[in-house]
Amino acid sequence: MSTVAEAAAARAAADAEKNDSLQPVTFAKALTTAMADAMREDDTVVVFGEDVAKLGGVFRITDGLMAEFGEKRCFDTPLAESGIVGMALGMAMNGLRPIVEMQFDAFAYPAFEQIASHVAKMHNRTRGRVRLPMVIRVPYAGGIGGVEHHCDSSEAYYAHTPGLKVFTPATVSDAYRLLREAIASDDPVVFMEPKKLYWSKDAVDLAALRAGFQGGALDRAEGKAVVARPGTDATLIAYGPAVPPALAAAEAAAEEGRSVEVIDLRTIVPFDDETVAASVRKTGRAVVVAEAQSFASVASEIVARVQERCFHSLAAPVRRVAGFDIPFPPPKLEHWYLPSVDRILDALDTLQWED
Amino acid sequence: MTIPAEAQEAISRFGISIEDYMLPVHGQIQILSEDGTMRPEDQRGSSPGHQYPVPSDDELLEAYRRLVVGRRVNDQNSALVRQGRLAVYPSSHGQEACQVAAALCLREGDWMFPTYRDAVAVMTRGVDPVEAMTLFRGDWHGGYDPHERKVGIQSTPLTTQLLHAVGVAHAAKLRGEDTVVLAMCGDGATSEGDFHEALNFAAVFHLPVVFFVQNNQYAISVPLAHQTVAPSLAHKAVGYGMAGERVDGNDIVALLAVLGRAVTLARAGSGPLLVEANTYRMQAHTNADDATRYRNEAEVKAWAAKDPLNRMRSYLRSTGALTDDVESAFAGDAEDVAQRLRDGLSAEPNLDPQELFLHVFAEPTPQLREQAAFLADELARDEQPGKEL
Repeated sequence: MSTVAEAAAARAAADAEKNDSLQPVTFAKALTTAMADAMREDDTVVVFGEDVAKLGGVFRITDGLMAEFGEKRCFDTPLAESGIVGMALGMAMNGLRPIVEMQFDAFAYPAFEQIASHVAKMHNRTRGRVRLPMVIRVPYAGGIGGVEHHCDSSEAYYAHTPGLKVFTPATVSDAYRLLREAIASDDPVVFMEPKKLYWSKDAVDLAALRAGFQGGALDRAEGKAVVARPGTDATLIAYGPAVPPALAAAEAAAEEGRSVEVIDLRTIVPFDDETVAASVRKTGRAVVVAEAQSFASVASEIVARVQERCFHSLAAPVRRVAGFDIPFPPPKLEHWYLPSVDRILDALDTLQWED
Repeated sequence: MTIPAEAQEAISRFGISIEDYMLPVHGQIQILSEDGTMRPEDQRGSSPGHQYPVPSDDELLEAYRRLVVGRRVNDQNSALVRQGRLAVYPSSHGQEACQVAAALCLREGDWMFPTYRDAVAVMTRGVDPVEAMTLFRGDWHGGYDPHERKVGIQSTPLTTQLLHAVGVAHAAKLRGEDTVVLAMCGDGATSEGDFHEALNFAAVFHLPVVFFVQNNQYAISVPLAHQTVAPSLAHKAVGYGMAGERVDGNDIVALLAVLGRAVTLARAGSGPLLVEANTYRMQAHTNADDATRYRNEAEVKAWAAKDPLNRMRSYLRSTGALTDDVESAFAGDAEDVAQRLRDGLSAEPNLDPQELFLHVFAEPTPQLREQAAFLADELARDEQPGKEL
């Protein structure tokens, strides 16, 4: 065992002892810890982007990484997103595992050619001889009162591009697990972080997650949706920022006597058809909840897949509660756009219950 | 700013500024005249403080052999397009000196990032000619393993590969390796945003990258004057804090000297450099292009007179190095490669539709496995027409 792995194991053991009672951990802290743990265990992991070093990122997700790992492994770049992603590609093809931060969803678009034409296609173009183990972190979606170009839900662009994996955690524990898996993946991963969840907290034992990840005891989360809340009457299918309102709606529905199951996809690519279809076949009713505008969206794709697989089990058409087909609204208007508990309950109400 | 040792010496010896050290020469560096005679050392166009070691006679003879092979490769591939064996071939006919020098200036552990027009450079670096032509034959989007000869995959978007070159150099630098990366692009590519980002990143991170711009005067139909009004493409370098060089791109001697020096400086820690080679695309952009629509015959004729092979041949004949025997041996080498291209590209490629799903990810997703099975089933039904859905 290497000294790095020994140190990590000792640290995990020490942390495990400390954490007799679970402490509330933020989503942001889980992400930071995931990167720090990966950097401790594997010195080929490097982190770079705009303002990620001294400042720790505009959301502080890379806070402390430069201090612990030095300027060679966590550094600021010139302000150029295509440059960041293109350089990361070269580093990934030469033995490193880069994690890059796109400061905001809509600021990643200058990197789109590098992502869609090269990051996504290099493995295929070279018949698997060049692997690109790299993570592109994208803080995304609204609900934070952000000004223009700071609240886009851009997941469909990436999910539509063959060769990219697209992960989007909705819980503190998945923030840690999915980011560790993304860093360990031999495929490029676009890691979509719902900004409004950065400060959400949950009682999570990070040391246990770390130990579980290191020892291989944790099941892989990639391509595995979870039943976030079990139910029997209808299924809400959600991911990322839409999971909390879906759960709240299920809670409210329960008070009205309806048992609603909530599926959290966790990864959009790969997609877990099995878990989604099994739930809808059981409940016979489904609503897809997403924050992104609905036309030609991930939500549309889910509706199509559910319809193809579960047609004979469906009691009603599959509905979507998704964004309107408008540019993301200004801060004071966004509450009319975001999927709300009431809007989800209204959609559930239309699922032909009288039959 | 870290000033390269050679620049510091030049600054102290010649009393020039760092800007003057970095600025390219007024004309271009030329060592072998168009008539095949070696220019005296003080008439090669170089600036004070810059020394360009000329390769040995043996090295020059070997470079000429590569030129002869490269020209044959270009013309053979163009013929294979006409015969329907290649889908397309962007020929570097006329630019062979740049192609050969790009490969010969590097060590085995160095990396080269070529454009789609740089197949001759790719082959000169040792990539199998038939594998190099897979992209243009159309049986896959790339045919060789980039790691084997340390050659980035040729691809058709412009300029994006410069950033990959920067990343490879950055990773090597972080590990403390002395790798140099040659990042190639054309004149049109210098208008792209990635050109700017790559040069700036390489300079800011002080990386051992040599940017090699083959200015062949046209981006398909658009002449250089429509890409930039800078005094030269090499002048762009100084804006990033790196030295820019202008060299006669049809003079293999000057190219080997200038690129060789740039690679040596980069390896010694000078940071990146930019070399602009003035050359000419003697043929159309590809077989699908009609160059007569945008340039006249007189211009093409004028450049034909500057052909990189002719002047090198004259020189080597004059020194006695290139005897009839040597010349016919070189022609034989060229014919061997041409034969290999004809044989390899005339053979029917082995096409497996299932492979379309294999390399999208390291492991196919369940959805890709499903789609692969769908296609396999469809093909099985095609083979057995009676079989129902």
